Amino acid sequence: MPKRFAEVNESYCVSCGACMSVCPKGAIKIVKGCYAFVDRNFCVGCGICARTCPAGAIEVKAHEVA
Amino acid sequence: MKWRNWLWLWPVVYFALGMFNILFAWLGMIDFMLPLLFAIFGGNKNFCNYYCGRGMLFSFLPKKFKCSSGKLAPRWLSSQWFRYVFLVFFMGMFANVCWQSWLVFGGVASVSEAVRLLWVFRVPWGWAYTAGNVPGWVAQFSFGLYGLMLTSAIIGLAVMALYRPRTWCTFCPMGTMTQAICKLKATKTKKIPLP
Repeated sequence: MPKRFAEVNESYCVSCGACMSVCPKGAIKIVKGCYAFVDRNFCVGCGICARTCPAGAIEVKAHEVA
Repeated sequence: MKWRNWLWLWPVVYFALGMFNILFAWLGMIDFMLPLLFAIFGGNKNFCNYYCGRGMLFSFLPKKFKCSSGKLAPRWLSSQWFRYVFLVFFMGMFANVCWQSWLVFGGVASVSEAVRLLWVFRVPWGWAYTAGNVPGWVAQFSFGLYGLMLTSAIIGLAVMALYRPRTWCTFCPMGTMTQAICKLKATKTKKIPLP
């Protein structure tokens, strides 16, 4: 059963924190002001961050999990 | 509700104050210094992430009034080269503001009681200034900085409406500068791998 997670393209990320402030699960952190990081333990793949990101750096992708 | 959720009021208050007394424009230096202090000493973008009033205004307005298309801006607007070109351009404009103040300080020029919008339109702003209370260069710097702040706010509001709410953040000169500082610091301490 594939699970959906938000995935950050770090080279596009401007670390503005827009994703972090809209994430309903608090799953996103900005790592040392460099890029956003999604914690897969909390991400539910809702895609709000992907629709919010002004740089289009986030995509929700399906992953096979064991 | 956290106190910082009210920070969207800051740009509103700032521009309102500048309409009564242009000298309040100096408060804009807070928005210049704080992000740099966070980046240089903290190695983070906490200013952008939690305390930027402008960023909050840009996300607050569309939430309340549906005034953003929500479309993704073209890729070049958030590309590295555009961000750095815009940063250099903006710094050049800031240098020009400092230069004009220097000329007034040296007595070569007199205070221009106007605010320049979008680098083209000269808007008379004399009502917010009484000559003689402060040295001329202090006033000249106020007019210059206020124009710079208002210009960038107008651009920010435009891209907010055209694209996603915080599109300004992708090429905000302060954001570009602080992210560059953070990346430098992060690679130097080798704590995290960089893309």
